[in-house]
Amino acid sequence: MRLAACAASLVAAAAFALGATGRAQDIVPPDVLVKNVTLEVVDIIKSDKDIQAGDRRKVIGLIETKVLPHFNFEAMTASAVGRHWTKATPEQRARLIEEFRTLLVRTYASSIAAYRDQKFDFRPLRAKPTDTDVTVTVRILQPGAEPIQLEYDMEKRPGGWKVWDVRIAGISLVANYRTEFDNQVRNGGIDGLIKTLQAKNRSLDRGAATAERKL
Amino acid sequence: MTVARLGVRWGARLRRAAAAALVAVAAGCATTNGDPRDPIEGFNRAMFGFNEAFDEAIGKPVATAYRDVIPDPVRTWVRNFFGNIADLFIGVNSLLQGKPLDAATDWARFAFNTTLGLLGINDVASEMGFEKHDEDFGQTFGRWGAPDGAYIVWPFLGSSTVRDTVGLVFDIGLDPVWRHKPQDARRFMLGLRALGRRADLLDASRILEEAALDKYVFQRDAYLQRRRSLIHDGNPPRAERRAPRAGEAVPELPRAASVLEEPAAAPRELNSTGSARGT
Repeated sequence: MRLAACAASLVAAAAFALGATGRAQDIVPPDVLVKNVTLEVVDIIKSDKDIQAGDRRKVIGLIETKVLPHFNFEAMTASAVGRHWTKATPEQRARLIEEFRTLLVRTYASSIAAYRDQKFDFRPLRAKPTDTDVTVTVRILQPGAEPIQLEYDMEKRPGGWKVWDVRIAGISLVANYRTEFDNQVRNGGIDGLIKTLQAKNRSLDRGAATAERKL
Repeated sequence: MTVARLGVRWGARLRRAAAAALVAVAAGCATTNGDPRDPIEGFNRAMFGFNEAFDEAIGKPVATAYRDVIPDPVRTWVRNFFGNIADLFIGVNSLLQGKPLDAATDWARFAFNTTLGLLGINDVASEMGFEKHDEDFGQTFGRWGAPDGAYIVWPFLGSSTVRDTVGLVFDIGLDPVWRHKPQDARRFMLGLRALGRRADLLDASRILEEAALDKYVFQRDAYLQRRRSLIHDGNPPRAERRAPRAGEAVPELPRAASVLEEPAAAPRELNSTGSARGT
C-alpha cells in the first residue's frame, strides 16, 4: 500500500517535472508578451464599434480576458499594502486582492477610453536570459510632446511572466497606493481599507452607469 | 445666450466656488497624516481644496469647452507653438545639466520648427527625429543635488516643492511669454497656454479622480515620483525591487520619496509604525 502510494507520487512528480520543463520552453519572453498583448488590445479597440462608442462593460471584458491573466494581483496588492500585509488574515487578503483588482480594472478601462491612435515604441529588453525579474519598457509617442514611458515590472512564474507593478511616466502604481493604503489602515485597520475600496468601486460603477444612460 | 445671462451663470459659479473653497480650507486644516515629506499638510490641503474648487468652477468647464469647440488641428498648433518657445530654455537646462547633445537637439528643434514649422505651430523636428525633452530649472537644481524640500501646493499653480518653487521663479523670470509686451498680448498668450495645458490634462484628471482614494495624497505622491523620474530622465536609481513571494514577509519597499534620500541598496527590514514617520 505504502509502496503504491510512493510510486504514484513519484509518477506524479515526474509528470509535473516533465510538464514544467515542457512549458518552460513555451514561456513567452516578457518583452514579446507585452508587445503582443498591447498590439492585440489596441487592434480590438480600433476595430470594435461598441468600444469606440463608449461601451464600458465591453472594455472591462476585454481587459479581463486579454490583460488580467498576465498580472499577479497578489504580489501587487501585497506590495501596495506593504508592512500591514503580514497582519492581514487570509480572508482579508483575499478581499483586498479582489477589491484592488476591481479598482485597477476600472481605472485601466478609463485610460483605454482615452486612447487616441498614439504610436508605440517597444524598447529592447535589457536583461540576461537567466533573469527572473525584469522591467519591460514601452514608450507612447505623441506629436508635439515628449513620449510617455510605460514600464512593466515582471517576474517569471511557473505559468509565465507576470506583471506586478506598472510605472506610468515614472509613477509607480504600487508605490502611489502605498501611502493611501497606509493612511487608511492606520485610521480604520485592514477592514477600514477594505470598506473604503468597496465604497470606491461601488461609486465608480454608479458613475459609469449614469454616464452610459447619458449616451 | 446673452452675455448678461452668461455673467449671472459665472457669478453663481464663482460664489459656489468660493463657498466650496471655504469649506475645503476649513476641512484641510483639520486633516494631517504627519508625513515627513509634507510638514505643512494642513496648509497644502487648504490650497489643494481651493485649486480643486477653482478648477471645478472655471478650469475644467472652460477647458472642456475649448476642447469641444476648437478643432483638434488648431489645438495642436497652439500646443506646438508654446512647446516651441519652451524648447529654448529646455535647451539651456539640458546644457546646465551637462547634456550638450540634448541641448543641441533642443535648439535644432527650435530652429527647424520656428522656420519650417511656421513659428512653431508644426512640429516638423519630431518628424525629422529630433525628440522633445522635458527640462526645467527645478530639474536642473535636482540634478545638481538639491533635495526636494517640503512639498508645497500653491494657489493656481498646484503641486510643487521648495526646490521646484525656486526653479519656477527662474522658469517664469526667463520665460519669453511672461516677458512679452504689450501686456494685453501677454495676458492673452498666458491664458491660452494655460487653457491648452488644462485641456490636454482632461483625460488624466478624470482617471486620477477615479483611481484615488484620497485625491490629495494620490496627487502629491504622483507629483513627487514624477519629479524624481524627470530629474533622472526616466531612469532614477532604484533600490533592488522584486515581487513579494507567497508566504514571505513583505519587504517594506521604500516609499516614493524616501527613496530619494536612500542609497541604491536600501535596507529592507520591516519598519515599525513609529520609525516610518516622525512624530
